[in-house]
Amino acid sequence: MNEITSTQSMSSVKPEKPVSEKSNELGKTKPDERVKNRSSFRQALIRPELGGICGTILVFLFFLLTASDSGMFSAAGVMNWSIVSSQFIIIAVGACLLMIAGEFDLSVGSMIGFSGMSIALLSVVFGLPMWVAIIATFILCMGIGALSGWLVIKTGLPSFIVTLAFLFILRGLTIFAAISTTNKTIVGGIKDAAQGDWLAPVFGGKVFTGLFQWMGDNGWIETFERGFKKGQPVVEGIPMLMVWALILLVFGHWLLTKTKFGNWIFASGGNAQAATYVGVPVNRVKILMFMFTAFCACVFATSQVIEFGSAGADRGLLKEFEAIISVVIGGALLTGGYGSVIGAALGAIIFGVVQQGLFFAGVESSLFRVFLGAILLFAVILNTYIRRMITGEK
Amino acid sequence: MSEPIIEMKKIQKHFGSVIALSGVSLKVMAGECLCLLGDNGAGKSTFIKTMSGVHKPSVGEIYFEGKEMDFDCPRDAINAGIATVYQDLAMIPLMSVARNFFMGNEPTKKIAGISFFDHKLANEVTMREMKSMGIHLRSADQAIGTLSGGERQTVAIARAVHFGAKVLILDEPTSALGVRQTANVLATIDKVRKRGIAVVFITHNVRHALAVGDRFTVLNRGHTLGTAKKGEITSEELQNLMAGGATLATIEGSLAGTI
Repeated sequence: MNEITSTQSMSSVKPEKPVSEKSNELGKTKPDERVKNRSSFRQALIRPELGGICGTILVFLFFLLTASDSGMFSAAGVMNWSIVSSQFIIIAVGACLLMIAGEFDLSVGSMIGFSGMSIALLSVVFGLPMWVAIIATFILCMGIGALSGWLVIKTGLPSFIVTLAFLFILRGLTIFAAISTTNKTIVGGIKDAAQGDWLAPVFGGKVFTGLFQWMGDNGWIETFERGFKKGQPVVEGIPMLMVWALILLVFGHWLLTKTKFGNWIFASGGNAQAATYVGVPVNRVKILMFMFTAFCACVFATSQVIEFGSAGADRGLLKEFEAIISVVIGGALLTGGYGSVIGAALGAIIFGVVQQGLFFAGVESSLFRVFLGAILLFAVILNTYIRRMITGEK
Repeated sequence: MSEPIIEMKKIQKHFGSVIALSGVSLKVMAGECLCLLGDNGAGKSTFIKTMSGVHKPSVGEIYFEGKEMDFDCPRDAINAGIATVYQDLAMIPLMSVARNFFMGNEPTKKIAGISFFDHKLANEVTMREMKSMGIHLRSADQAIGTLSGGERQTVAIARAVHFGAKVLILDEPTSALGVRQTANVLATIDKVRKRGIAVVFITHNVRHALAVGDRFTVLNRGHTLGTAKKGEITSEELQNLMAGGATLATIEGSLAGTI
């Protein structure tokens, strides 16, 4: 009987104090006395990108102080590190979304080499029109991305292992395909093959060339003073690579934060089981993110191949780690479920600026890695601290 | 009593050579709380997973609102109105309350033909629903990780109710909680039941079961040991049924009735 009385009182327990119940009726809620008020400034600070923002400011300050007279912040200098940063952004956006969805792709670098070689071989050796070669390569690479995603889902193996296998498989296939068809590991002649093609300029062209010419004519940006390019601006226009970086960045950010699918990406990475139970198609989300990563690698490779006019079997070496470092500097959690595309882009900018800036500053280039390692460590420690503030964990 | 909202008939589930369930039947009416009790390994989890579409029964039929149902995946069960709240798998700690609340059911609005996640609506609805369950959030943007275990369970329950659950299955919602948090969750169950939703409450704590249950079904080694109505059974009897009767009786002397 004792049990019953205690249980009856239990079922009638009200979770809230009567005071707040009353204030509810008045339409006002009394805040929980256990929750400290946070200033809106502090609130604004607590976001996944904070580490990336701080890092970017620090890096720019550092180079403004040490390399401002080296031409790093002239038009040509800005273009130099912007292009490098854009390359990192393109692969970081893909890696970021995939990491938030809870998976890794270590085959990004090999995928870059593979897709570049595929375009070169299809167009130069097999004589297909450039646009056919590019589209076929995109389909092939996204198919491989889907395959690795499918393998991860079906076998339940960590994506680390599956994509590590693809790192070797794709690199090996790239070298084999190049050697067996052309006897070389570098295939050139792409500039000629791309001549007059409608799709190639989408990846390798430049936009706003008129604007830059006009700015050069007005003396706002430097122009060449002699040689056959006399009178032309040092910076001819915005390369499509940068446009692609911007498009992918905006698309990735929009997808992640503004759409239903973005919520599914967070949910899949946060806890795949919980997400499945409420009906999120986790497998489809993950496979699509593998395909998107492959797509980003392909954009990178296509731009590079059209720009350089050649494809090399060793292109994209270590790019997977550079992408992952950018993403982690940008505040994403390695285990998934948390991160930001803007943060990843800032990480990519830090990466690019440091890499090129040390060259401008005349610092021994081997110190680049030391600097990068230090930034990585600093950013990750800061990010861990921010994340604890967000989740309230100790 | 009226028609049962869900009826499970002679459910059997075999995993290879292991028989997890050997012919379990039960009925749940709207607006009642059925407690499913049993010790570890009794088949409670397997049983509710067949009810929520995670497993397909090897033999047996499921009738939902009088019609025979055949769930292929959890999504089918959710669409039919059977929602399940799992003990620790309900919420994603790093995501905001609103994102968790609408996970899998995101509201969208169209701007220029592109559909966007409607954050404003999501936040408003979350705040309103949480308030009706007696939880006051600082904002719907705060991460689930900042809430206590009991509050997380309540968010999960509120979510299921908001999305039109007719049957709510709770898998050991109180087993990891403290006293006050448990009281909150039990009070939430009571509120939900009063809205006319059928609640299936899985637990191995007899006290929690007696607190909110209308009927009690005890499972043991894949069998039902019978169903009792509230007031027909004492906690000692339930406890003995769960533990398989005789076994507990022999050790009870040394523990002096403390369990």
